[in-house]
Amino acid sequence: MATDIQTSSSASADRRKLVRSGLRRRHLNEQIFRGLGIAAIALALGFVALLFVDVFRKGIPAFIQSNVHLAVTYDPAVIDVGPAPARADFASEAEFNAASLKWQREVALLNWNTIVEASLRKALPEGYEITSRELLAIPETNARHAIREKFVSDPSLLGQTVEVDVLASANTANWVKGNIDRSLGDTQQQLSAPTRGLIDIFEENGTITNGFAWSIFTNVDSRSAPASAGLLGAFVGTLWMMLIVVVLAVPIGVAAAIYLEEFAPKSRLTDLIEVNINNLAAVPSIVFGLLGAAVFINWFHLPISAPLVGGLVLTLMTLPTIIIATRGALMGVSPALRQAALGMGASKTQMVFHHVLPVTFPSILTATILGVAHALGETAPLLLIGMKAFVASVPATPLDQAAALPVQIYLWQGNENRNFFEPRTAAAIMVLLGVMILLNGVAIYLRSRLEKRA
Amino acid sequence: MKTAFFASAAVIALAAFGTTGAFAQSRDTIQIAGSSTVLPFASIVAEEFSAAFPEFKTPVVGSGGTGGGLKQFCEGVGENTIDIANASRQIKDAEREVCTTNGVTDIREVQFGFDGIVFASAASGADFALTPLQVYKAIAAKVVVDGALVDNPYKTWNEIDASLPNQPISLAIPASNHGTREVFQEKVVTAGFKEAGAPEGLSEDEIKAAETTFRQDVVIEISGDYTETLARLNSDPNTVGVFGLSFYEQNTDSLKVATVNGVTPSKETVADGEYPVSRPLFFYVKGQHIGTIPGIEDYVQFFLSEGVSGEGGILEAAGLIPQPADKTAEVLASFEAGAAQ
Repeated sequence: MATDIQTSSSASADRRKLVRSGLRRRHLNEQIFRGLGIAAIALALGFVALLFVDVFRKGIPAFIQSNVHLAVTYDPAVIDVGPAPARADFASEAEFNAASLKWQREVALLNWNTIVEASLRKALPEGYEITSRELLAIPETNARHAIREKFVSDPSLLGQTVEVDVLASANTANWVKGNIDRSLGDTQQQLSAPTRGLIDIFEENGTITNGFAWSIFTNVDSRSAPASAGLLGAFVGTLWMMLIVVVLAVPIGVAAAIYLEEFAPKSRLTDLIEVNINNLAAVPSIVFGLLGAAVFINWFHLPISAPLVGGLVLTLMTLPTIIIATRGALMGVSPALRQAALGMGASKTQMVFHHVLPVTFPSILTATILGVAHALGETAPLLLIGMKAFVASVPATPLDQAAALPVQIYLWQGNENRNFFEPRTAAAIMVLLGVMILLNGVAIYLRSRLEKRA
Repeated sequence: MKTAFFASAAVIALAAFGTTGAFAQSRDTIQIAGSSTVLPFASIVAEEFSAAFPEFKTPVVGSGGTGGGLKQFCEGVGENTIDIANASRQIKDAEREVCTTNGVTDIREVQFGFDGIVFASAASGADFALTPLQVYKAIAAKVVVDGALVDNPYKTWNEIDASLPNQPISLAIPASNHGTREVFQEKVVTAGFKEAGAPEGLSEDEIKAAETTFRQDVVIEISGDYTETLARLNSDPNTVGVFGLSFYEQNTDSLKVATVNGVTPSKETVADGEYPVSRPLFFYVKGQHIGTIPGIEDYVQFFLSEGVSGEGGILEAAGLIPQPADKTAEVLASFEAGAAQ
């Protein structure tokens, strides 16, 4: 017996020793794994932070715009046109419209730059020598349109002097904000020495002021007047596309998921469909773009660059995501709920629509919003259906030509005036990120609210 | 829940209906695509056009390179094809054939000005004074040494010519979807090859291969815009890039331009033909769309008006080199003569 105890105690000591030595190794393993996990998170967050800091550092200055304050005189010697046609003088609306179009054309063909130049000359310090070309480099080229439009909407301004704020040109803004290296020599500068000197004087005496750039949100894209380029057209284009995605993808996706999960017989065919839906979700988006160009544009003859086509392509892309998420949610519903409903005499349709579907609502909603957020940032398929065109108008219907937010980022990234458009591009990224964060926030909020209720 | 389901079904039906409705609606916006060199000019004209002609919508201008634009242009006649293709070179016979096969028979060429092609390096880099011969020696896969074609031995610029800086050869050139590439090939590389004195007894195919085969290790082909070329230069200051003159002029703070045959590229030297690497710029109008899509004729007339593409016009301020006024008058006359047919 004694020997038995001895051997067993020595065996247990051995075992303890083994466990203890192994314990150190296992603890070490755990610590290493934890360390790796923390490092992975830190690295990921670090990259995201780096990206955000870079985008914000570049983008924030773009939200400040330089304005030139002018006292504009509507000189009758330059504005040599007849009085604007009055509705009362014409028998029909059509005649009046034709006459006022003709008058507007005449007004448009006047040399409005003379008026812009005259008002700039008024602000010049005495004896400052500058050519008219150098002077006109200070305001943006659309200053003349702004002044003209004021006159067209109120022809009684003829002969009067009014205060007008016009945008400073992109190169002026670069100089004011320091986007271009001020120490560079004359040959490397975009603006001539007298122009640069004058801008500094104007900034000191308050002719040039800086303000928040609402124009980014209220203007459409522009190339002739880059300083006035804004995101409105692209934003509305994106809005139309998202509307189409939600209207088409959600009902089709949810209906398909319900049928597949609740009603379809389990057969080889449904297995095949399921596999293919999973495959579709993994298809690169550019393939959907090619498909869209071939089917919707070449075959259905839908217009190019239209949000309708963009929306349809993005719908195809979002559908599998919504189907998979909805099926997952339906699968997660407890069988007890179904059996109880059926046991109470509910039909299968009643069981699905009255009992199962309401429970899955939060998941479906989240999947939809995340799918839309994904579609929102998608660029590649849009490039292939002609949505990378330069569009300087707000699309009134989904059939009008339009840009989209991510495409606008791509277009601005390629603009020739690098000094001005690099900040603009970053600003557009900030707006897109803002919309996405908003959408994700709404998804999280709705989910938590609906889950509480359910 | 049931009502929601039927409501969604109704929405689908409605959307499908709306889609078919699209066929009936006619397009009232001019649609343009093509060369990225012409794009800035065309976009400016588009905007100014809608300011001067309030009854027309702003034309839509897309890019895709000269080749891409002409491909879209030749896809056929109808509202879902473009009306105007911008081009930084003339249309090729092969492209015309595709056009004809697809029913695009009334193609009207409009030449509206010139553009120079420049070699530029990062502003911090060394100065370059290039000749077509030196560029040919730098990028061709096989060069002429002692009257025979041999594999290109040059690694640095000063091995080609002692006057060039001692830095590795690296060139970013436009890919073949750009019209600029063709001009670069013709006016620089082919010219350089001729100057090098091609060895006797080569067949035509061999000559063509010698002219057009580049060293893939030093040549970077850029299929995107000039901004992509600029990004290359920023990441590797040893690279020399090929740009349009107007792009260079807007980025003089970060680029340094090279002379070609001793001539510094500028609007003046390109306009008087002293600078050798320049090309005319075009756009092609689909005659069959005139009258269907409103405003095409007015757009062309507006584009060619003196205040727009003429001397001192808005496009000159944006970097275009205007053509002589009588050439413009001739182009406009032949465009309008096409209209009379």
